[in-house]
Amino acid sequence: MEKVIMGNHAVSYGIQLARAQVIAAYPITPQTQIVEMLSEFCADGLLDAKFIKVESEHSAMAATVGASFAGARACTATSSHGLALMHEVLHWAAGSRLPIVMANVNRAMGPGWSVWTEQTDSLAQRDTGWLQFYCETNQEVLDTVIQAFKIAETIFLPIMVVLDAFVLSHTQEPVDIPDQATVDSFLPPYEAKFRLQPGDPRAFGGLLAPDHYMEMRYKMQRAMEEAVAVTSQVGAEFGKVFGRSYDVVEKYRMDDAEIVLVTCSSITSTSRVVVDELRTKGEKVGLLKMRLFRPFPFAAVQEALAGAKKVAVVDRNISFGHGGIFAAEIKSALYGGAHHPLIFPFIIGLGGRDVTPQSIRNIVSYTQEHDKPGEDIIWMEVKR
Amino acid sequence: MSYDIEERELMYSGHVACPGCGAPMAMRYALKALGENTVVVIPASCWSIIAGPFPYSAVQVPLLHTLFETGGSMAAGVKAGLEARGLKDTTVMTWAGDGGTFDIGLQSLSAAVERNEDFIYVCYDNEAYMNTGIQRSSATPWGAWTTTTPVRHPKEQPKKDMMAIMAAHRIPYTATATVAYAEDFVRKVRKAKNIRGSKFLHVLSPCPPGWKSEPAYSVRISRLAVQTRVFPLYEIENGEKYTINVWPKERVPVEEYLGLQGRFAHLKPEDIQTIQENVDREWEKLVAKARASGQEIPD
Repeated sequence: MEKVIMGNHAVSYGIQLARAQVIAAYPITPQTQIVEMLSEFCADGLLDAKFIKVESEHSAMAATVGASFAGARACTATSSHGLALMHEVLHWAAGSRLPIVMANVNRAMGPGWSVWTEQTDSLAQRDTGWLQFYCETNQEVLDTVIQAFKIAETIFLPIMVVLDAFVLSHTQEPVDIPDQATVDSFLPPYEAKFRLQPGDPRAFGGLLAPDHYMEMRYKMQRAMEEAVAVTSQVGAEFGKVFGRSYDVVEKYRMDDAEIVLVTCSSITSTSRVVVDELRTKGEKVGLLKMRLFRPFPFAAVQEALAGAKKVAVVDRNISFGHGGIFAAEIKSALYGGAHHPLIFPFIIGLGGRDVTPQSIRNIVSYTQEHDKPGEDIIWMEVKR
Repeated sequence: MSYDIEERELMYSGHVACPGCGAPMAMRYALKALGENTVVVIPASCWSIIAGPFPYSAVQVPLLHTLFETGGSMAAGVKAGLEARGLKDTTVMTWAGDGGTFDIGLQSLSAAVERNEDFIYVCYDNEAYMNTGIQRSSATPWGAWTTTTPVRHPKEQPKKDMMAIMAAHRIPYTATATVAYAEDFVRKVRKAKNIRGSKFLHVLSPCPPGWKSEPAYSVRISRLAVQTRVFPLYEIENGEKYTINVWPKERVPVEEYLGLQGRFAHLKPEDIQTIQENVDREWEKLVAKARASGQEIPD
């Protein structure tokens, strides 16, 4: 059934269709409609789940962890400062190997207060052991939520599904909402490998001496490595069932491209328009969309950029003292490989400043006109 | 004389608590009362160590170690998850220290009991951050030495009234207990088990290294805490009905309790007098609440 819905409701429908059993959440702009709709689903019996209305995001993640430890399919949603408050528990969730799914609406961190989109909140959580998916459209949001449960329950690591504040969260788009029976066939009920079970007196999370700690972390990393292939498999399987395929990255008009834009989230949609326009003018410009950020899809990025001369990375985030985070990751992915395109590291659109087709045209022009990036960070549209 | 406490042990010997620690004694009684169909949630505290390192466990029920401030939130999630799987009769018990309860975990505890989550929250209160080496918490009593309230500057504030905070949430059941009154302890845990909603048990838990007391005296100190009325045994139903469970036969002066603990050794006679006056005043307030609740007050 096709409906015109906002990105936040795409999350809610995804969670409903995934038959989550426990939801624990705390409201934060711009995530609120996700939890409002879910609480209505629960109250009206449209979703057979317990909704725990906690007093903070820290407790939201802790209760989600508790429910997952008890063997239930558990999820939450947050944004920005809420995600930052969860930080400690994000480590606990991943280290406990719990297949939790969380939507995070990308919102800039204060101060000063901002409710508008930026990726620094989620990217700052990159070392917590969570998978991170960045979504381009509301359809992709819904589809990724459903896939996320399947991937998480295969590799036993939690997954963050990320969408832009307002640009997706509050923007209405036509979305195909699959029927429950088809989703059920794609995503069977969750069966925990280990769980809190009376009569089976295991202890979880106890003191881990140096004798054992490192092996636990080694296994997490191995699971992360495995997750790249699992993401591709689940994305392909999803395509067979629902007619929409997904992968770790998407190459758009990359054949013979000499300049490649690297984007994620809704900036990708804007960039598609510009790439189409430039292609009609005969310019060899392509687009690499990053869908999966953690684990970082090294092989897919290396393969996709093998023919590029110049790569323009569009970062709506910043690691202070370093630069755009995707640019740094792409550089590290290409180091030691056979092919070394020039990386142009752009930072744009922080704190929700609009990134327009003209912004992307300017990024491409800069890249075309310069033999070298010239700067460690190429600031776009900043008032100096 | 019949022995009313279950003989079955759900704690293993060989836990790693210090000699004379009140906390494993309390856990032993609690698990006897609760039985096997129980899940224990332990936020960071001495019990994170007492339970034993991976891959060991000191208890014969499922145990979830968790973050310091998540005693309320984690238990709420565990309960919801078990119920989602159809395990509606399993008791979820959070077992937290005073730091995890009075201080860093107060927010999530308050929220969980405000929602009347169906679980038992036990605070084993050794009146300071003992696992990190005896730093003051808001449960540390007035005048006590800790490593962050040195003898020249002992704690200047009274102990936070956690029972009153819990009563203010109007939860179904709130009670104090000590290992010196085992039948009372076990009766309260059983009672809590059979009530739906949030239950809070405040257990005074002597800590020989932190209190600078003899390990052999922990039960004696627990008994003196009740007899001196420093730590009365009482329960509160629905936040309003107060019942005093143990009436000390005679008025034992607080010196007898304080004198067994090196953490009070620096106190001057006038300090002890101040403590005595505070204890007497709090006791009178408690008796007045019990009387107002309809309890018959002995002479």
